[in-house]
Amino acid sequence: MSKNVQTLDEVTVMFAGDSGDGMQLVGTEMANTSAIVGNDIGTFPDFPAEIRAPQGTLAGVSGYQLHFGNYDLHTPGDECDTLVAMNPAALKTNLKKLKSNGILIVDTANFQARDLLLAKYASNPLEDYSLEKYQLFPVNITGLTREALKETGLDTKSIDKCKNFFSLGIIFWLYNRPLNYTINILETKFAKKPQIAKANILALKGGYAYCEATEAFRVSFDVKPAKLTPGTYRSITGNTATALGLVAAAVKSGKEVFLGSYPITPASEILHELSKFKNYGVKTFQAEDEIAAICSAIGASFAGKIGVTTTSGPGLALKTEAVGLAIATELPLVVVDVQRAGPSTGLPTKTEQSDLLFAVYGRNADSPLPVIAASSPSDCFNAVYEAVQIAVKFMTPVICLTDGYLANGSEPWKIPKVEELKPIEINFRTEPEGFFPYQRNPETLARDWAIPGNPGTEHRIGGIERENITGNISYDSDNHQVMTNLRFEKIEKVASFYPKTEIFGKEKGELLVISWGGTYGSIHTAMEKCLKKGLSVSHVHLRYINPLPNDLAGIIKNFRQVLVPELNNGQLIKVIRDKYLVDAKGFNKVKGLPFTSGELEAKFIEMIGG
Amino acid sequence: MSAVENKPLTKKDFESDQDVRWCPGCGDYAILSQVQKMMPVLGNTRENTVFVSGIGCSSRFPYYLNTYGFHTIHGRAPAFAIGIKAANPNLDVWIATGDGDALSIGGNHFIHLMRRNPNIKVLLFNNRIYGLTKGQYSPTSEHGKVTKSSPFGSIEEPFNPTSLALGANASFVARAVDRDTKHLSSVIEAAAKHKGTAFVEIYQNCIIFNDGAFTPYTEKETKLENCLYLEHGKPMVFGQNSDKGIKLDGTVPKVVSLTDGKNSLEDLIVHDQFSEDQTLANLITHLSDNKDFPVPVGVFRSISRPCYEDQLVEQMESAKALKGTGDLQKLFNQGDTWEVK
Ligand code: SF4
Repeated sequence: MSKNVQTLDEVTVMFAGDSGDGMQLVGTEMANTSAIVGNDIGTFPDFPAEIRAPQGTLAGVSGYQLHFGNYDLHTPGDECDTLVAMNPAALKTNLKKLKSNGILIVDTANFQARDLLLAKYASNPLEDYSLEKYQLFPVNITGLTREALKETGLDTKSIDKCKNFFSLGIIFWLYNRPLNYTINILETKFAKKPQIAKANILALKGGYAYCEATEAFRVSFDVKPAKLTPGTYRSITGNTATALGLVAAAVKSGKEVFLGSYPITPASEILHELSKFKNYGVKTFQAEDEIAAICSAIGASFAGKIGVTTTSGPGLALKTEAVGLAIATELPLVVVDVQRAGPSTGLPTKTEQSDLLFAVYGRNADSPLPVIAASSPSDCFNAVYEAVQIAVKFMTPVICLTDGYLANGSEPWKIPKVEELKPIEINFRTEPEGFFPYQRNPETLARDWAIPGNPGTEHRIGGIERENITGNISYDSDNHQVMTNLRFEKIEKVASFYPKTEIFGKEKGELLVISWGGTYGSIHTAMEKCLKKGLSVSHVHLRYINPLPNDLAGIIKNFRQVLVPELNNGQLIKVIRDKYLVDAKGFNKVKGLPFTSGELEAKFIEMIGG
Repeated sequence: MSAVENKPLTKKDFESDQDVRWCPGCGDYAILSQVQKMMPVLGNTRENTVFVSGIGCSSRFPYYLNTYGFHTIHGRAPAFAIGIKAANPNLDVWIATGDGDALSIGGNHFIHLMRRNPNIKVLLFNNRIYGLTKGQYSPTSEHGKVTKSSPFGSIEEPFNPTSLALGANASFVARAVDRDTKHLSSVIEAAAKHKGTAFVEIYQNCIIFNDGAFTPYTEKETKLENCLYLEHGKPMVFGQNSDKGIKLDGTVPKVVSLTDGKNSLEDLIVHDQFSEDQTLANLITHLSDNKDFPVPVGVFRSISRPCYEDQLVEQMESAKALKGTGDLQKLFNQGDTWEVK
């Protein structure tokens, strides 16, 4: 019988199971395969902070949401078309995300009394008709995997570890994805353990064959390739993009990047990635704590390298004194803050945009620095690259904000040509004649960067206020005023090098949406829908948080209302209201989850009285 | 190169044009002077030398040397220094720190510096008090110390800095006293020549807040009685007339007389600063904890251990040898890619 294939524009699928079930792995495989066949993708991995939370509990659920489509997507999808739930806890946690009439695949083997109890189900949802509004497909995934792998000679525990690939096989059949990419990956990954590779491949094929043989699903679906800008693509997460952006900065500037970092969720992958790239002129140092991490990076900058430190909110809190020293000594430094939900430890694996005020203002005394933000996983590459450019051009620390959602989420990345990347020019001061450490470039107000090893430019700098030009210790009150002004003016000057601010929508109208960071995708998607409807909404997504672009004031004036949606309790809005004296309204959410485009669209429509 | 440039450097070349601002009579002056004097002797150049410091009286040190200098933040000098050394292993990196800076707020960085063993020299000016903040007890102040913040006497046990360094497996541990300038410069020289992290505790008199803390070890009349001058390969002898020594009684050190006929030089512990085993160095560091023993000065331990920056460079070089100098485009394109036409 020929397969009945229905073509769709876009699909959202979620794999949910126990944190030990390998859901992130199969989710990533589905995402990569979809990207390779030409779909645009957006992903949202959502997992607990504990490495192995108690099995079968609601706290231990790990989910991977994938959105793939035949057009330019910007989000991991609002609602799911298909949900794979490996146990009752996964079902309970994620069912609210499944569309009515959505496909629900459950592993019936894990719906025993104990599993139901752990998930706090009073009765078995597979039997109590509570799932009637979905297309329920109960499949004994565990049992079928055991059956398919019984010849492998593996013990039951090892066999059960392959059940995630059985479920991936089902999804591959359902969405007509080729198996060969995943098979290749498994063969490479387990090259040294061919038995494990074989078992997983058998499970994958088993899931696929099960659908084929049983005709469990009457229809299957296909999503044609998206019409993306021509070029070579790969799928990339925000943290990998950040790491590559830093390597690119090292190569393009011809200077070493020195990363001082301390492990912290969700930023550690940047350290892991960069540690591999020793042959690209990247030195990594896993410091004893967050403070040593930034201090070592500043030390490296003093010695003429591109000092970088990567962290998340709690780590940034520890680093602030050192950031102040980098401001005072006017040394280049890039601080990447992969934001997470807080305060304190907060929700380490959940996303939030709540370090904006901290990045802009969170230091003792008047201590301005540039703050920039990435807007999508692949944009982390551009953002951190630009952070390096600003840091070395203006001799200043720069905070680059990404977040957990961008860090772990992935999307296709149009791979740039190395020769097309903007150059990063670094000119050390070598001429001793007339050298003073705090002499400035009149255009940028950046001071000269003379480094140890260069004869004749020996100098001493430090945290005590420095005399203008000479850099000698100075307790003079007028000098302090001069230096405070200079530090402020220098950072303000950064804005004169920005490109024109882009407006999505008309330049004049009823509602202007101003946003920043990782909310770009969902806001852009909501905007597309509003513009299609002809609504008077426009959108500015900010790359530059401090200083704000000079043309923003003029843009704001052309709208009757301003809305600032943020995944925090209202932070950019405070800066906007302060700077432009405009009665901006906030739209805020702090659930450790991204906005859905649906809730944004509804808010925009409500604002314009639609 | 002109003849002028080839002229050997002198102490003067290492003096900066900044006014030194320690209290008159502060022990820091003597240390500064010895360091400035030793720089040309050690063959250090101004351009390749970097002094790094944290916060405190001692941490003003870099401003007074005409080399590169970085006056950083409280306690963190080791972290800056290792960044500098890792960035450019050719630099001679020195840390000037104090007991509060290195052992209180910077205790964590201090021990990790010792264990990583970069080729960095650490001069810890121990005055057993907080000077710059005007006289609170420090982590090396003795139990019972009455200060502004401990009017009824400190109820804390002090750190023994050499023992702490050794506990973190420091490859070089030494002690000197500010006013014994000849001995001090010999210790500085040994530290400079050591390849690895060299830790030197310098007893430094704070004339304002803790005057006389080290008098027994500095005054002509008392110092030979109270100090044990360590010399490699020599028995541990001390006393005004070299009439006392230290011997091992089982595993316990003991002060013995060399004049009562019961013990001779052969019975004494012979110092071995190069011993890989930590036992002897450990014994030496603890002598100063016991009032019955003289305070050891000189080089306690000096062993060879791989340096952090050498291993880092080696990893980078072997990565280059193995994979070739990184091709950025290849790196971008690694993994599964696809073409959109
Ligand atoms: S307070 Fe003490 S340590 Fe500080 S400069 Fe004065 S004498 Fe020296």
